[in-house]
Amino acid sequence: LAVLQNSMVLSAAIFITLIGLIIYLHFVKIDQESLLVIGSLGLQLTASYASGKESTTFIEMGRVKDVVINEAIHMQKVIYYLCILLQDPGDPQGISEVVPLFQSSKPRLDCLIEVYRSCQEILQQRKTAPQSN
Amino acid sequence: MVLKVFFPSCCSSAESGILVGRWLSEQNSAVILAVVHFPFIPVQVKQYLSEVQRVTKVSLSVLGSWSNSKQETEENLSKFLEDLGTIFSHEPWIQISKEGNSKFWSCSTLQKHSNNPKEEEVILIYYDQRKVMLSHLHPPLDTATSTDHDASKLSAIFHTVAKSKILFMTDRYDDGPIKLTHWQSDGVEASIIVELMKQASVPACTHLATVMLSFLQYVCIFGVLKFWPLSFLWSKLSTCEQLGHRLQHLQVISSNKKAQTQTQFMRKANIFVSLLIDVALGILLMSWLYRKNRIGHLADTLIPVADHVAEELQDLLQWLMGAPAGLKMNRALDQVLGRFFLYHIHLWISYIHLMSPFIEMILWYVGLSACLGLTVALCILSDIIALLTFHIYCFYVYGARLYCLKIYGLSSLWRLFRGKKWNVLRQRVDSCSYDLDQLFIGTLLFTILLFLLPTTALYYLVFTLLRLLVVIVQGLIHLLVDLIDSLPLYSILLRLCRSYRLAAGVKFRVLEQQDGKPLRLLMQINPLSYGSVVQTYRLPTYSCYPKDSWTSLCKKLFLGELIYPWKHKGEKQD
Repeated sequence: LAVLQNSMVLSAAIFITLIGLIIYLHFVKIDQESLLVIGSLGLQLTASYASGKESTTFIEMGRVKDVVINEAIHMQKVIYYLCILLQDPGDPQGISEVVPLFQSSKPRLDCLIEVYRSCQEILQQRKTAPQSN
Repeated sequence: MVLKVFFPSCCSSAESGILVGRWLSEQNSAVILAVVHFPFIPVQVKQYLSEVQRVTKVSLSVLGSWSNSKQETEENLSKFLEDLGTIFSHEPWIQISKEGNSKFWSCSTLQKHSNNPKEEEVILIYYDQRKVMLSHLHPPLDTATSTDHDASKLSAIFHTVAKSKILFMTDRYDDGPIKLTHWQSDGVEASIIVELMKQASVPACTHLATVMLSFLQYVCIFGVLKFWPLSFLWSKLSTCEQLGHRLQHLQVISSNKKAQTQTQFMRKANIFVSLLIDVALGILLMSWLYRKNRIGHLADTLIPVADHVAEELQDLLQWLMGAPAGLKMNRALDQVLGRFFLYHIHLWISYIHLMSPFIEMILWYVGLSACLGLTVALCILSDIIALLTFHIYCFYVYGARLYCLKIYGLSSLWRLFRGKKWNVLRQRVDSCSYDLDQLFIGTLLFTILLFLLPTTALYYLVFTLLRLLVVIVQGLIHLLVDLIDSLPLYSILLRLCRSYRLAAGVKFRVLEQQDGKPLRLLMQINPLSYGSVVQTYRLPTYSCYPKDSWTSLCKKLFLGELIYPWKHKGEKQD
């Protein structure tokens, strides 16, 4: 009888571990993060999880004010992260929201600088484009 | 600027013709809704478009030409298509051509009145017409308040496709002068069962609801509930509140006005599904209860349970009258309070035993009302618990009042001890000179009250804890009822099965590219997350939430004030 109880406890523990692992892979572990910039449409952030799930956010170009690299001082080190500044609809100079990118993959500064340069190239085109008709 | 062409994916295999849709000049984008095939008479096309524009209030026009050449021998077609550009004057005239079965189309624009004939870059965006038409865009919360046109460019596109429903009504089997290709051009698909259900369900629901409402109003017209004892009981029992809430829901559903906006429709649908599930679960519960005479068993065990609770309370009081937890109580006060509460319990038990023959019948009839819904059954359970533990409530009130009196007496006499007095006029503590005999009696009373404090405090503590236990159990049941009431089941099911109808936004996928050909993107609908679905479409309830913060609750407990921990939404603030 004790053996039966033990095996039940063991199988319950294994079951719970499996469920926990599946939940972790589906909701927590991000495999890949990507940023797609289309000059006239907007920016699209995609995060793909280990279980294959993909979560996407699309931000229209009209709402984007700028893309910058921010510095943050955390404990004993300085962290750099790329973020999108969204425009405040009421105040043209104000910023309504800051969207940080690549939160899980946390690339280093040299990688961020490359991404920053490409984004700025495309964003500059959008600023100069309305003048030419 | 870059020209964006939104092309419906259902028209990819259409025959050659001209493109009809809407031009959004501020975004430099063209939303193509359908393809008109040859042969056609331009005047008729223009007439048809103006008619559709009048009905839908969306400015439609001929935007360009589409050539789907399956063979190689249609070179003069391109000249013909260019000439069409002069008939339907539109700036810019878009020409899309597809060769054979190639994936890569060529798209060029013709600008007649432009100053610099620069080659414009074109982006081709494919979209699924049916899904975009049925979908409802949920804007992010911060832009929901602004109603500018440039608040969301995507919403203009969704709006265009959604409003042009009438354009999609003509299919290729119609005998009109114009032959269109769009998502429904192969014939309007509908299931006869679904259509019959839709036609029949609305009148049936309204009839049923109006019958029930009129019956209930007839009952209430007696004005029975206006008299004081019954209306007081009505407000205290949570079952009646829940019934009133459901009645309100029925009223919302049975109103004859069709829902104007999407949110109103979703709300009605949510209320309907919620009511249906509630009643279904209630009937299930009822059938489970009445099978094998479980109600009889329940009624049989009710009296012994009440007896058991009373016995436990008696044991508790005997313990308090002795030396509880090693504390030494004041013997006389202890005996008085203990005997008083014991007598109260004795009375309560006698009343319960008096009622015991009727319990089974009452319970049987009350159990029938579970068919009104699971929430009603839960509310009845909560009310039964409240009624069964009424003596605990009484004890709590007695204990609290005694303790409160004692505390007030002590504080006032403490002030006298120090030579101060509470000035009612100025609402503050003032110094006061007392006579000697006042001081003497005051000090004596203060000492008596102080030494009797532990006994009263202990009784108060014990009964407050019991009362809090009952309150917590009732609160949990109400939380469950609230959850069932406010969950938007229809929206959740919609999100599960037809996720494109609730859209948080769009997502783009870059398709294969070839040099020299325009960039191709696939636009898909990004559905709303379950959390935002529940948050947006939550049904409002008469929710009860804690009235006091933790600090004020503790302060009230310490001072002995009576606590009514749950505040209902409709109650007045005090």
